[in-house]
Amino acid sequence: MRAFGYDIGQLVVAHVALAVVPVLAGLLLALPVGFWAHRSPAARRVIVPLSGALYTIPSLALIVVMPIILGTGILSPVNVGVTLTIYTLALLVRSVAEALDAVPGTVTTAAVAMGYRSAGLLFAVQLPLAVPVLIAGLRVASVSAFSLVTVGALVGIDSLGTLMTSGFEQDYPQMVAAGIVGSLVLAFVFDALWLGLGRVLTPWSRARTGV
Amino acid sequence: MIGQLLDWFAAPGRWSGGTGIPARVLEHLGYTLLAVALGAVIALPVGAVVGHTRRGGLAVVGAANGLRALPELGVLVLLVLLLGLGLLAPTLALVLLAIPPMLAGAYSGVAGADPGAVDAARGMGMREHQILLQVEVPAAVPLVLAGVRFATLQVIATATIAAFVGLGGLGRYIIDGFSVRDFPQMLGGALIVAVLSIVVELVLQGLGCLVTPGPDRLRLRRVPTLTTREARP
Repeated sequence: MRAFGYDIGQLVVAHVALAVVPVLAGLLLALPVGFWAHRSPAARRVIVPLSGALYTIPSLALIVVMPIILGTGILSPVNVGVTLTIYTLALLVRSVAEALDAVPGTVTTAAVAMGYRSAGLLFAVQLPLAVPVLIAGLRVASVSAFSLVTVGALVGIDSLGTLMTSGFEQDYPQMVAAGIVGSLVLAFVFDALWLGLGRVLTPWSRARTGV
Repeated sequence: MIGQLLDWFAAPGRWSGGTGIPARVLEHLGYTLLAVALGAVIALPVGAVVGHTRRGGLAVVGAANGLRALPELGVLVLLVLLLGLGLLAPTLALVLLAIPPMLAGAYSGVAGADPGAVDAARGMGMREHQILLQVEVPAAVPLVLAGVRFATLQVIATATIAAFVGLGGLGRYIIDGFSVRDFPQMLGGALIVAVLSIVVELVLQGLGCLVTPGPDRLRLRRVPTLTTREARP
């Protein structure tokens, strides 16, 4: 589909890839780091303030600093991807640690008594119970990622944000509005997707409410 | 690259004049303070009243979450195209982005005040506005401050982006540097913004400790007081 002189389908694909891949990568990294913070108070005292500080750095600044750290070109989409992975990681590490903290001691004790050991306990008991908190964190990270991807357009990385920068240069408000609406729609579609995933992964919460 | 970066920081005129680092930092802080102050004047009273009456709470939380999805760049550009270049349009966009976190903080802080304390205040004959100002608002301080901190960081980040639509501040180095592919300038600007954000966050956290009522307050002098938390059995 072409509009405003751009292949909109291509921009949408780039936008989704640049938002979703980093969010999932950030989640995968947050699981071990959050688990570490859950187990070791000393590690937590370093990890939590560090992730807070990373989350504090403005997106445009982080995207621009990436080439120096990664050795990528300034126009590489990897700069945006790694930036959003860092934000997601910083946001979710705390969620993971707190979700694991919140698993009732009686549940883990019962699981241990039934023969669950470290890895089995984590994957079969603790993580499933942490799913609602994880999904809540994932949704926040995902919604902000869809909005932050557009910032990459300022340094030439294509997404629906390209409609905003190009629309500014051409003094074309409709083009900018199309970029905003497209970005919002994508954010909400994936938000609904994560919500649905959370429902599928926690069948017991539906059983309890009788749905 | 590091050498070029140091050269950029050491270049003549970098630390003085209208485009020097101190002037850009002050501009950036000025835009931030203006937007956060205007946003607070709107968001905090509305959030507090909604939290007290509990009418429209769902709408407030929903709006705050929905606004998070708005792409800042798009809002900035659209407002500038509609209202023209200058300070007004970017400031309006920054205020718009500063409101949701502070609104949510004030609402959840006031609505989350200990219902026992609120009932006790009502039983003692306090009027509704006294309950709000003397019981619920002090209880809401930590969440309000968290909202103000988040809004401030959001505004600092978005003000950086606003250089694209002609605003001054530290984003100028990044945007101007990109347009002429002057990489050391971009990097220098990015580093200063990053440091500024972290410093502002730490300062706000410190101020928060000073103004939070109750046992969490950072005591500069030891004053023997009986706090509510200690008094509770």
